[in-house]
Amino acid sequence: MADFETKIPKDRFRPAEIDSAKSEEINKPSLTFWQDAWMRVRKNKGALVSLIVMGIVIIMALVGPLVSGKEFDKQYVPHNNLPPKIQGLENISWLPFDGVKTNKAGKEIDMYEVKKVDEYYWFGTDALGRDLFTRVWKGTQISLYIALLAAVIDMIIGVAYGAISGYYGGRLDNVMQRITEILVGIPTMIVVILMILVLDPGIISITVALTITGWVGMARVVRAQTLKLKEQEFVLASKTLGNSDGKIISKHLLPNLAGVIIINTMFTIPNAVFFEAFLSFIGLGLQEPYASLGTLIDEGFKVLRLHPHEMIIPAIVISVIMITFNMLADGLRDALDPKMRD
Amino acid sequence: MAKYLLKRVLYMFLTLFIIASLTFFLMKIIPGTPFASANKLGPAQMEIMKAKYGLDQPVPVQYAKYIGNLLQGDLGISFQFNNTPVTDLMFKRLGPSMQLGAQAMLFGTIVGILLGIFAALRQNTWVDYSSTFVAVLGKSIPNFVFAGLLQYFVGVKLGWFPVLFWRGFEYTILPTIALSMLPIAIAARFMRTEMIEVLGSDYITLAKAKGASFFEIAFKHALRNAMIPLVTVLGPLAISLMTGSLVIEKIFAIPGLGEQFVKSITVNDYPVIMGTTVLFAALFVVIILVVDILYGIIDPRIRLSGGKK
Repeated sequence: MADFETKIPKDRFRPAEIDSAKSEEINKPSLTFWQDAWMRVRKNKGALVSLIVMGIVIIMALVGPLVSGKEFDKQYVPHNNLPPKIQGLENISWLPFDGVKTNKAGKEIDMYEVKKVDEYYWFGTDALGRDLFTRVWKGTQISLYIALLAAVIDMIIGVAYGAISGYYGGRLDNVMQRITEILVGIPTMIVVILMILVLDPGIISITVALTITGWVGMARVVRAQTLKLKEQEFVLASKTLGNSDGKIISKHLLPNLAGVIIINTMFTIPNAVFFEAFLSFIGLGLQEPYASLGTLIDEGFKVLRLHPHEMIIPAIVISVIMITFNMLADGLRDALDPKMRD
Repeated sequence: MAKYLLKRVLYMFLTLFIIASLTFFLMKIIPGTPFASANKLGPAQMEIMKAKYGLDQPVPVQYAKYIGNLLQGDLGISFQFNNTPVTDLMFKRLGPSMQLGAQAMLFGTIVGILLGIFAALRQNTWVDYSSTFVAVLGKSIPNFVFAGLLQYFVGVKLGWFPVLFWRGFEYTILPTIALSMLPIAIAARFMRTEMIEVLGSDYITLAKAKGASFFEIAFKHALRNAMIPLVTVLGPLAISLMTGSLVIEKIFAIPGLGEQFVKSITVNDYPVIMGTTVLFAALFVVIILVVDILYGIIDPRIRLSGGKK
């Protein structure tokens, strides 16, 4: 202690000035809600990595089928069940991209040499000789379409229904609530399966089924929030100034609901993606020759013991999609609504 | 409370009635015949077959008959399984499904609760991170993917457990693990949040101050209060296990309800589809109601009907 006193001369210290006028000064730039949220998302490493991985998956889904140079539904049986082989990576022995398959006796055979194939199938081929690389990314497109669809349905039908029901209240709210109560009581899976039975399996019936069932959760959350918000002073002020109900909902209530809406949408998306894959897996989803990740896993599952790559590759892709969506949803929830953090 | 219960039960029956009606009318719109060898039958034979199953009558008559039978617990007879009554078929199949569901629920919630507790007690350590990692994987990876990989790597490659059929306890292990991933994930996340909140409360500080041991605090004081909100997620969880069992039963060739349901859809066996749908729906609404009531009993602070304003 004594050292300090000798090392730092007394005259370098000055009494602090206390100016009461300056203590109120804001010395950092004020952040909007969104800037603040973005800052918090950026701090969450998992969410940030998920965002990047998701970007890569989206780009691959759009570009993949184009760069492979093969059609997703072109069958060429002599080239069936080939293991993956990628230029450049084929000589790295620990990577499974050398076109070599281990047969039942444990012997390694180069299927490309056996079948005299000069082409490269990056993810291998399926039982009909179709290029899996193209099919996997085509299937990813379907999953992403479902994700987009679920988000749009949630944001349009769910938000509108919840906001109208909560804002107008009274008898309208009562009737609308009874409808949702019954819809909530019906298991989603059963509605989806029934719709698919009526409309033939395919992307359209999945779309319709999701439209019927997908928005109920969002509508309930939005209604609850609207009930709370509409009692607040700024709504009264807006009403007093003569604004129409439509304007109050869209200009005053919706911006305040934005956080809740985004969080809810982000949690709906992985569920919808899972549902499509699930339906395709049990044979109620997309039909041949179209591919979705669910059908690819289903097909691959049948030959899992002989050609594991046919299931494992689409399984990895769908797992990556689901993990990134879930992690991003968690990150966004923490960023937009710190009270809900877990 | 009594008024609330009555209202809930009424709603329950309304929901079930709507589901039953909806199922019936949708079945009527579906193209295709339910008879396995339909293309071999002539028009006259078709008429006889239809008359036998009452399919020649006008739809409203069929509907009235269906609802009447349903009220008496009669779900009709299956087209595909030699005219067996649907209720018999379902009861035979209920066993494996129930066992699988119960095992997965039990195993999943216990493992999940333990994971959550240790994550909360060792917050921001590797224990916490690995528990969170397991939870994210469990929630994200579709159960059929997980089941397939489990079957391939643990069942086929390692040969530890049988991979198909339902012939004893060792046959139930892989499907149970595959199905319990979601309960593990949800219970772990929920438990972690609740435990962290409870561990920060005053009575835990008091317990620490009076010198209670670490395990006493964790399991005697904190756990019991942290468990309460978990009850709310058990209902939805049970529902998702029912959905999940559809694929798990298909993958592991388990003779359960789900497997039969999927099969019936592909062969247009209307009575079985309708019966299973109504049964699923009934289980669904009953579970939700039971969980809501349980919640009120476990935690008296929560008023079911919103209470006094």
